[in-house]
Amino acid sequence: MTARTIHFTLNGAPVTADIKPHHNLVELLQTHFGLTGARESCGQGLCGCCTVLVDGRAVSGCLFLAVRIDGTEVVTIEGLDAGGKLNPMQEAFVETGAFQCGYCTPGFILMANQLLDAHPDPDDDQIRHYLSGNLCRCAAYPQIIDAVKLAAKKRKTIAA
Amino acid sequence: MRPFLYEKAADAAEAVHFFAQRAQAKYLGGGTNLVDLMRENIERPEIVIDVTGLSREIRDVDDGGLVIDAGTKNTTVASHRTVRERYPVLAQAILAGASAQIRNMATVGGNLMQRTRCYYFYDDAARCNKRERGKGCDAIEGFNRIHAILGASSHCVATHPSDMCVALAALDAIVYLEGPQGARHLRLVDLHRLPGDTPDIETELRAGELITAVEIPALPFAIRSTYRKVRDRSSYAFALVSVAAALDVDDKGNVRDVRLALGGVAHKPWRATAAEQALRGAPASEENFRRAAEAELKDAVGLAGNAFKIELAKRVIVNTLQKLAMESGAGS
Repeated sequence: MTARTIHFTLNGAPVTADIKPHHNLVELLQTHFGLTGARESCGQGLCGCCTVLVDGRAVSGCLFLAVRIDGTEVVTIEGLDAGGKLNPMQEAFVETGAFQCGYCTPGFILMANQLLDAHPDPDDDQIRHYLSGNLCRCAAYPQIIDAVKLAAKKRKTIAA
Repeated sequence: MRPFLYEKAADAAEAVHFFAQRAQAKYLGGGTNLVDLMRENIERPEIVIDVTGLSREIRDVDDGGLVIDAGTKNTTVASHRTVRERYPVLAQAILAGASAQIRNMATVGGNLMQRTRCYYFYDDAARCNKRERGKGCDAIEGFNRIHAILGASSHCVATHPSDMCVALAALDAIVYLEGPQGARHLRLVDLHRLPGDTPDIETELRAGELITAVEIPALPFAIRSTYRKVRDRSSYAFALVSVAAALDVDDKGNVRDVRLALGGVAHKPWRATAAEQALRGAPASEENFRRAAEAELKDAVGLAGNAFKIELAKRVIVNTLQKLAMESGAGS
């Protein structure tokens, strides 16, 4: 089927891509922009490895048709360490050892940031529920929860 | 994924017009179910019509009800102040479903139209009367833990997976449609069908009809309403049994009015009319709640893997009504 041109903002920069209707957002990011932070794992919206922010909201990129990105603002994990400095959540993941293989980490970090935007001081239960759409097959869950709590503290320090 | 044509509709009339251009057409909401099914090669549309460009408002109706446009995201509905205040059962039901990512994408119209999560429906190597009429059903003698105990047939034991629809069934929601023959509306409880011998026909929608909005009528006592979902893990799993309930108890401790619907038990969101009838006017007691639950599950039929859900459903009904009765000050 015919290709079409889409225009959108990617990690702050205006970009253009020629895509086909059956391409998804992960394919768009990987093949057109070399961004591999959002990656496909389950391909069914269950695991959260493909999490991307579209207009400020986290979505599953594997189920998001690329054609719908036209006119939106997209932020990926690659957009978080602007200016070479890690985002507080990224720092917290490093400091608590909240990953082993790292495959799921970009999705977890983007979702955990969304959680803190909505609930700056979440308890364990809120963290577990909010992150239930993200799977870590290395089972680093205890450290991930520690990381989210540490990031919450870091954010408060920055805000103060 | 197979290639397909894509059109984005500016309004309902244009969407209906695009739909008529191909034999195999699908309206696209958030895509969390349709795109998944297309990737699994279960849905094979020639054209996909994106309807998320249509109006996506939530507006008050003069009599105290609410209209929610079909393209509204699930997250938006669940976090809407009026929904949370007037219809907590609806906000709770939405938040009990899927993950935050999926709720951010999924629309109200798409939620209504989502298809069963029966494993055999998803597996195109299995037999499924829903995918291909007359093929047979591998679920009846297979893994059927998540399957139906009410209203099923020898052709299909699949369940409707939505949590939101269970709340909408309890709230007497109305579904607005636009189609080639014009506009009409249906009660939500009349939208989905029982499987009978045509489980491939899942709704009463006519060819090309598009869901444009859902209206929830005023129901003052729904400020005391709740959604209880029982599942195999406490987050991001489909319901084994769920209950949407609103209860109005008078100052003598009798049930003045009640709304009750069940999820995870049937091919459609199951409005528990027998239980409601048994409860109206009766004392709000555990004994009567149990009697009402027995009345509702009277004709329930269990399979090897899901017979436990009959007793489970009764207990969840009783427990949910007790909680609401307690909150209203009527001890039971």
